[in-house]
Amino acid sequence: MKMLREHLHVLQTTLSRLWFTPGASLLNMAIIGIALSLPVGAYVLLKSVQQLASTVADAPQISAFLDAGKRDVELAALKSKLEGNARIARVEFISRDAALQQLQQSTGVSDMIGDLPHNPLPDTFIIYPKATDTEAMEALSQELQSWKQFDHVQLDSAWIKKLDALLNLGRLATAILATTLSLALIAITFNTIRLQILTRRDEIEVTKLIGADDSFIRRPFLYFGLLQGLTGGIVAWLIVSASLWLLNGSLAELTRLYASDFQLHPLSLSDTLALFVFSGYLGWLGAWFSVSQHLWQIEPR
Amino acid sequence: MIRFGQVYKRYPGGHEALQDVSFDIAKGEMVYLTGHSGAGKSTLLKLVAAIERPTSGSVLINGQNIRSIKREAIPALRRNIGLIFQDHKLLFDRNAFDNVMLPLQISGFDHREAAKRVRAALDKVGLLTREKANPIALSGGEQQRLCIARAIVTRPDILLADEPTGNLDAEYSSEILNIFKSFHQVGVTLLISTHDQSVLQRFPVRALHLDHGMLQQGSTT
Repeated sequence: MKMLREHLHVLQTTLSRLWFTPGASLLNMAIIGIALSLPVGAYVLLKSVQQLASTVADAPQISAFLDAGKRDVELAALKSKLEGNARIARVEFISRDAALQQLQQSTGVSDMIGDLPHNPLPDTFIIYPKATDTEAMEALSQELQSWKQFDHVQLDSAWIKKLDALLNLGRLATAILATTLSLALIAITFNTIRLQILTRRDEIEVTKLIGADDSFIRRPFLYFGLLQGLTGGIVAWLIVSASLWLLNGSLAELTRLYASDFQLHPLSLSDTLALFVFSGYLGWLGAWFSVSQHLWQIEPR
Repeated sequence: MIRFGQVYKRYPGGHEALQDVSFDIAKGEMVYLTGHSGAGKSTLLKLVAAIERPTSGSVLINGQNIRSIKREAIPALRRNIGLIFQDHKLLFDRNAFDNVMLPLQISGFDHREAAKRVRAALDKVGLLTREKANPIALSGGEQQRLCIARAIVTRPDILLADEPTGNLDAEYSSEILNIFKSFHQVGVTLLISTHDQSVLQRFPVRALHLDHGMLQQGSTT
């Protein structure tokens, strides 16, 4: 009860200090917020792209296109030949007419397609191999390429793999960014608290003379660091949310043209909470480093 | 309550502030500490409040030896000692009331109980009507009394005053002396350093006289 009261009191005085000296504090919070918004924004972007990738990439597959000019291929025989292959799990046939229809429905290019004199699309077999590792799929696609019926064989999983590698790179870059900017946040708080300790030197000396122990003296500085970090986190959240709102507005137009419903997802509740806890903790940590570095130097004479 | 045994205090640089000082102050006693400036009065008071440690000898405060006291034990020791400074050491970022409130916050008092105590302390030094004033707006005498209110608000067993009437005229200093007398009457141990002869004459109690860091024998008024 006594502890709670002391903590509430310190929280109250720290808040009033923030309120009455808003200039420097606001600037610091803005800096922290901007610094944090970079990795948070990158994280949101990655997460959205990742979600898009996972909806597109079902099972790994190989598309085998027939020559659009040739019409004399025995489709039924080719299909049973493919199904007879020990390395193929399943085969799906998409006729050139069906493909055209699909294209007409799914994108806004129907006018353009209507103007075409004839259907330019080939008949296609979608082949699902049994072994889905890269090597086996490469080997299979090369074998199919050698069949004279096929004009072109395409490994559809290849671009997913590239995207995955790219996403991994993005994740690493975001992690590096987050780490460096977290260190910056700690450094900013460290310096702010150092200046505060220096300007309140007399007060610290007097409270020591009156019998304050270290934790009593440390507490307001730790609270200040915590609040500054937390507010910085809130600023970062606002920056990211506002940017997403703006981006999604223009993105909607763009994705409509590409017949996709891709959009950037806002921060989830748990991500938001994690951001606030993390930024508050970093501020507290910076303050703690600063206080333990500087407070012992101030002893009453 | 306060016992010095063959205390030496040598500052870095070789200045001997105190040499072979031994005395005893009983619980509830009021004692003056006199001597020219630079005689070691302030050093002696700093030893009692554990602001400095003796170079050799023992300083016992309520049975605790300042020479060997752990750093973590010093705050608790100081909470039992009221310190009155010549330069007041008031905080100008808060009003008179909050200045006196500070020691109670440190001790973690309930706010309502603390407010009562603060008003009682301010009343005792005659500043109850000035509780909202910033210390900077108070006169020298009022600042000194505010410093006293802050020192007594936790009802410590020991009060130390360093030249409390140093910069004040006769009227103010006799007011302050009256306040000290009233604490003496309720059993507080007081050690007051002064070079003000009129104080010694108006309320004669035992006096310790320091001369160049040494205690003069038979220095009782």
